[in-house]
Amino acid sequence: MKLYTSKNEKAAGRKIVADDMILTKDLPTTAGSKMLVGYQSLFDAEALTRLYEAGFSLAGKAEVGEFAIDVLGETSHGGRLTKDGALVSAVAEILSSGDAEAAICLDVNGYPRRAAAVSGLVAVKPTYGVVSRYGTVPVACSGECVGVIARCACRAAEVLGVITGHDDKDGTSLPEEKCALAKAPGKAVKRVAIIKEMTEGVDKEVTERVEKFADKLRENGVLAEWIDGGVISKSSTVWNVLMSSELCNNVSRYDGVKYGYRAANFSGIDELYTNSRTEAFGKLLKTAILYGSDNLSTENYMKIYDKSLRMRRVIVEKFAEIFAEYDAVIMPATSTLSYTEDMINSDGYISYKENYYTAPASVTGLPAVVSDSVQLVGPAFSEGAMLELLKSLKKEACEK
Amino acid sequence: MRYETVIGLEVHVELATDSKIFCSCSAHSYGAEPNDHVCPACSGMPGMLPVVNKRVVDFGMKAGLMLNCDINRTTTFDKKSYYYPDLPAAYQTTQWFAPVAVNGYVEIETSKGKKKVRIKQIHMEEDAGKLVHDIREDTTHVDFNRTSVPLIEIVSQPDISSAEEAEAYLERLKTLLRYARVAECEMAHGTMRCDVNLSVRPEGSDKLGVRAEMKNMNSIEAIKRAIEYETARHIDAIENGTEVLVQQTRRWDDIKGKSYAMRSKETAGDYRYFPDPNVMPVVIDDEWFSEIEKSLPELPEVKFARYTEEYGLSQYDAEQITKSIALCECFEGALRVTGSPKDSANWILSEVMSTLNARQMTYEMLTLSGEKLGELIKLVSSGKVGRANGKKILSAMFDDSSILPEEYAKENGLIISNDTSLVEKVVKEVIAEDQKSVADYKSGKEKALMALFGKCMRNLKGNCDPQVLREILIRTVNES
Repeated sequence: MKLYTSKNEKAAGRKIVADDMILTKDLPTTAGSKMLVGYQSLFDAEALTRLYEAGFSLAGKAEVGEFAIDVLGETSHGGRLTKDGALVSAVAEILSSGDAEAAICLDVNGYPRRAAAVSGLVAVKPTYGVVSRYGTVPVACSGECVGVIARCACRAAEVLGVITGHDDKDGTSLPEEKCALAKAPGKAVKRVAIIKEMTEGVDKEVTERVEKFADKLRENGVLAEWIDGGVISKSSTVWNVLMSSELCNNVSRYDGVKYGYRAANFSGIDELYTNSRTEAFGKLLKTAILYGSDNLSTENYMKIYDKSLRMRRVIVEKFAEIFAEYDAVIMPATSTLSYTEDMINSDGYISYKENYYTAPASVTGLPAVVSDSVQLVGPAFSEGAMLELLKSLKKEACEK
Repeated sequence: MRYETVIGLEVHVELATDSKIFCSCSAHSYGAEPNDHVCPACSGMPGMLPVVNKRVVDFGMKAGLMLNCDINRTTTFDKKSYYYPDLPAAYQTTQWFAPVAVNGYVEIETSKGKKKVRIKQIHMEEDAGKLVHDIREDTTHVDFNRTSVPLIEIVSQPDISSAEEAEAYLERLKTLLRYARVAECEMAHGTMRCDVNLSVRPEGSDKLGVRAEMKNMNSIEAIKRAIEYETARHIDAIENGTEVLVQQTRRWDDIKGKSYAMRSKETAGDYRYFPDPNVMPVVIDDEWFSEIEKSLPELPEVKFARYTEEYGLSQYDAEQITKSIALCECFEGALRVTGSPKDSANWILSEVMSTLNARQMTYEMLTLSGEKLGELIKLVSSGKVGRANGKKILSAMFDDSSILPEEYAKENGLIISNDTSLVEKVVKEVIAEDQKSVADYKSGKEKALMALFGKCMRNLKGNCDPQVLREILIRTVNES
């Protein structure tokens, strides 16, 4: 896997990078899939348009895993990216190399947050509806968000501020006054809860990061105490159902008829569909399609899909209950600080488990920030407040 | 044994909105070049998000209220997944869980009397595109002009029991939807399409028979023939065992007058419906609801009663005008200005209708303002403009809706002149030119006077009271 699927040679000035789930008028968009190699969008994503208007220039498109549902990009059509035997994501490598100030990524299944956690970067997944999804390759529309990764909280907050705002072209986009709440520093984070269930079974290094982060908070006068998260630990199960169901529907449009990959050999329309999709899609994606189709079947709809929608509501209520007492919760973003090649080789479906940590924010639409390999999840529109907290914790590290 | 036919109709009606249901492409592609009205959204490209066209919901509600339905105050859109090349995103956005309107009815009248046909539901959805097969090249082309054009599907309960009732039901739907101005309902244009679900059972039985489904019927005549054919086929199968009836989808061949079982699919389709997360539930508040309620037209039969009882129109005239809401609105507008139901009706039924016919326009295409028509009628009935010139002005008003009749008449010299000296001058000129007719008239040929009269009227460009001209003409001829 390369860092970039395509590069903008004319990039100048303040540079950002977009992952290959963000549609661009001037560069192809592949979504990490053989299906979309060479696909050229007719329009730019709204988030990108806003960055252009703010004077940023696009360095290029970063490789992603196929439809961004994997751990760190290992299912990309272009192959996996590793460093010292461990998996890394293209977008994190580009940022670490200094090629760009920040990245915008589609957070479908948490990969941008995991990328930040293992590479020591800052990531934000905003409140659902404050950043337009117009111009992003749709996968799991009810939860995915355009997020930001940067080297520091200041830059992440700046870029998030640029892309946040109401957009008439996205029917789920929130009104401007709600978006303004997400941009504002808001109410200072004073009380934080660490969720017990979410830290069980993670690597020792991860537990240490969580404890270290909590200590730092306490040093800064923030209350940090352990609580039971209850049903929050079921988020991954619920998200896997919702994500795969929406995915199977959203990727149905790639059928070899209109654009994208078409099988060389077929006889009749059914074979055109089947051969094109069989040849162009990877194993993880195919599994998600099958799983999603099964969830939505007449037989399973009420048993699985509808129940998951109701579970989503229960999880949202659980968070609301916690946020009546706390300003944010802490949980890891990953189970490990290093995804070795062995881990990926021995379990092709590891992303369905690793999203245990990222799914709570995806399922509920709540904002999450990752810093120091630790994740904060806060009430709706608290991303500004959480980023302020990060800034206050380490002013010296922020870029000017 | 006596049998009864049990029929339910699923009627798809294209809504007459300007733009498509989720994007701003034109919804009117009848006669357009293939793929003229297409954007990344309605051709299923990734990254475009649906934004509901509010007019579609307006029209869906109007249709629901016209058909006596309950309106779901929170109505939602769902995705229906299936693969077909004319469906670019491989899903159709429709309403599965909370359609806009439910539990309605329409009243129909047939030779057997009045009857209510219950409506199960009306849901809003997007249309698919069209496949165009090229036999010479052995290829298939896709035209996406029609994708995402808004439709409503009106699902009846199985309350229809004959071809005659099916026809009455469809005609009634057309009238009601056209009255509410939500749809053209022209089967020949494909803006109204019908699926027929039919079964036959012994009379009085409460168990439904084996159902046959005939898809995409596109003329009422074909529907009637298909119902009769299918009823006979079912009875024959039950009575004589000519075939074993199975639940199936059948294709009606209108030329051969027969239906055929369509090739059965290897597997039953599962559409995997689920709520579309990109389309927020549409909440219809009281303000919106009452705005739509207020905009609904009076029903045709209510207008008919008013026209005959209050305005004294003949049954025939009232029936002709109430066939179309456009004619009604024009009539009522003219009436407000003229105060004369008779004059207003006459103009609608003669001049307006003949102008529509001459231009091959349907009644619904009439955009003439009733008030302006009323002004024109007043000009003619007060003797300011001759009837023939009145028609000319009407024709100009069809061409240009901004024309004010009186102003136009003045600018174009169409006002009747009270200047008798001009009339006398023209009469003298005509007599001087046509001494033969003068002589003929004097020798007793009455017809010759008509010829002179016609020439004078032409030279006066019609701007003369016929009575005045006649008097001056006779006097001048006799004096000459």
